[in-house]
Amino acid sequence: MHLFKNTDKCQALFKNVHTNPADILCKKSLKTFSSFIKLESFKLATDCRVIIEKSYKLENKPKKDVDMQIYVCVKHVPDTAVNIKVTGKDSFDESVDFVINPYDEYAIEQAVQIREKEGGEVIIVTVGKEAALKTVRSALAVGGDRGIFVKTDAHFLDSTLVSQAIKKVIEDDGTPDMIFTGKQSVDAEGMQVHYRLAAGFDMPIASDVAAFSMSDGKVTVEREVGGGTREVIEMSLPCVVAATKGLNEPRYANIPSIMKAKKKKVAQFDIADMGLDSGSDGAELNELRPFPDKGKAKMIEGTPAEMAEELVKLLKDEAKAL
Amino acid sequence: MANIGVLIETSDNEVKKANFGVISAARGEGGNEIFGLVLSSDAAPCKEAAQEYGVQKVVGVSAEGADIGSSPDLQASALADATEHLGIDVLFGLSSAQGKDLLARVAAILNAPLVMDCVGVNLTENTVTKFHFAGKTYASIKVTGNRWVCGIRPNAIEARPAPCEAEVISHQSAVQDPGRMKIREIKKGDSEQVDLTEAEIIISGGNPMASAENFKILYDCAEVLGAAVGASRSAVDAGFAPHAIQVGQTGKTVSPKLYIACGISGAIQHFAGMKTSKTIVGINKDAEAPIFNKCDYGVVGDLFEVVPALTEVLKRG
Ligand SMILES: Cc1cc2nc3c(=O)[nH]c(=O)nc-3n(C[C@H](O)[C@H](O)[C@H](O)COP(=O)(O)OP(=O)(O)OC[C@H]3O[C@@H](n4cnc5c(N)ncnc54)[C@H](O)[C@@H]3O)c2cc1C
Repeated sequence: MHLFKNTDKCQALFKNVHTNPADILCKKSLKTFSSFIKLESFKLATDCRVIIEKSYKLENKPKKDVDMQIYVCVKHVPDTAVNIKVTGKDSFDESVDFVINPYDEYAIEQAVQIREKEGGEVIIVTVGKEAALKTVRSALAVGGDRGIFVKTDAHFLDSTLVSQAIKKVIEDDGTPDMIFTGKQSVDAEGMQVHYRLAAGFDMPIASDVAAFSMSDGKVTVEREVGGGTREVIEMSLPCVVAATKGLNEPRYANIPSIMKAKKKKVAQFDIADMGLDSGSDGAELNELRPFPDKGKAKMIEGTPAEMAEELVKLLKDEAKAL
Repeated sequence: MANIGVLIETSDNEVKKANFGVISAARGEGGNEIFGLVLSSDAAPCKEAAQEYGVQKVVGVSAEGADIGSSPDLQASALADATEHLGIDVLFGLSSAQGKDLLARVAAILNAPLVMDCVGVNLTENTVTKFHFAGKTYASIKVTGNRWVCGIRPNAIEARPAPCEAEVISHQSAVQDPGRMKIREIKKGDSEQVDLTEAEIIISGGNPMASAENFKILYDCAEVLGAAVGASRSAVDAGFAPHAIQVGQTGKTVSPKLYIACGISGAIQHFAGMKTSKTIVGINKDAEAPIFNKCDYGVVGDLFEVVPALTEVLKRG
């Protein structure tokens, strides 16, 4: 009887098993096991039995019976209603309200709707400071099944590092059928973690997605490209989908769902312990400066016709805007 | 001396005007070799416009045996390949719908740092400026690495001509389309207007527009102004306007030369998306509306009277 817990060990063992048929006890999910076999193009010897711990299902099931794993990347950001007070060279007053990044709400909702229809699980992944755990719970309260939280000690991180951290925890956790994100965060507005994830996993990606459907193992999305125009894109699974407003109507959490979310499992890691190396290349925040509002307006008075006349004159002569 | 690439966007075979600011930014302090990358087997039609702003080599980037327009995967791989082949150190482009998608794909393939939506560039120090929290704070970002990618917000950097004589070359890439995504269809929007982020003038309507039909007075005015029409979230949520034209922290972030807000109160989320506009006009019937405390010109009046009057004055020229 062979036992394996992770794919590395499995690989070593499997080479052996391949030539010496034996039973295998798999500590990972059946899904991980089947996709591993597929990935490595191993064939099971006919008299080899695979025993999945707990479920004790024999042999590798065809993929369609395997539960979907949908990962949703969710960022903890300051509420859009708050003013940002710059406090140091590159920091701001973080005592303000923080929320789920608004675009990520559409991502969560889409993932939850897919699970409700197709089964499977929705796993929330958040990289952020200690306080971001609250956002993981908020995401669990609107339908996430469990969470993965990577703790960091800075609010602004290099996007390459963030995507590496997300990739690592997803890889160690399971086999993604889909990864959902928002099209951008509303704080740093890096607009790239989803693209880096897609490249890292070698998956197709569509961003700014405002409509989504799925059939026959393919997804069809509508991507907003400006001026109201949309590209209809078909992608194979697994894939990355980055949501924008209009994709769906995110649900609200209610008291029972918030209570339930408190009991859901959240695996926690510290980014410092993950052995990531994003190299020396990167983009780092150097300085944050307030960007003040314009002051009081120059008021224009008179009848509508007079005001229009005066405004055009000012825009031409004074502001040079026309 | 560095090799600087600029991804040049075209529309109906013409170089989009918004590229000129990007090329100007890419020139930096001068002394660099500027490559203009055009996704087409024939870059010649772009030569004249590109050289006017200092592009020395206009490069047609294509894919061997495939239509480069057929898939973003293919476009990105070909661009990444051209970037490496030409020894490009910094690749610039527009932070437009196409640029945001392609530049991010290229940066991911090259595993190079990327800063999107920049409003300032310093190529001597490898720093860029952009906004964080939409328009609430300015951020200065330091980039390290031999090769990086930078998206410039349309209209943010002034176009400065620097005529030269360009050479047209082509780069045919042997990359393959992995065939995992296909653009099935392009659904044209109702409006023919340019993407808001690229517009030089925007006139926006808020909640009091009260219906989609009423937006016509804004479109009429926009036509004379050469402007694009925007909307507040209240107007979008009420169904008066499509989300594609929502301005704000959860809509489009814009920096036009002129922004005219009609019946918009001045909520923080709306301002986050347009406060970086050079000139802001507020038209509001409430003299106490918050917008008047943070714009350049204020007109107190009913937008249904003021906007048509404005259109009339503009028509007269
Ligand atoms: C998470 C989140 C994200 C958000 N993101 C955005 C965003 O991206 N963009 C955005 O715009 N908002 C956003 N909002 C909403 C924002 O807070 C405001 O509610 C919204 O901007 C208000 O829109 P408004 O000014 O059109 O409407 P109102 O607040 O209803 O203001 C209407 C104004 O028009 C004036 N008025 C009324 N009638 C007339 C008339 N006939 N002529 C002239 N003036 C008239 C009134 O005096 C008033 O000042 C967001 C909110 C949240 C919570």
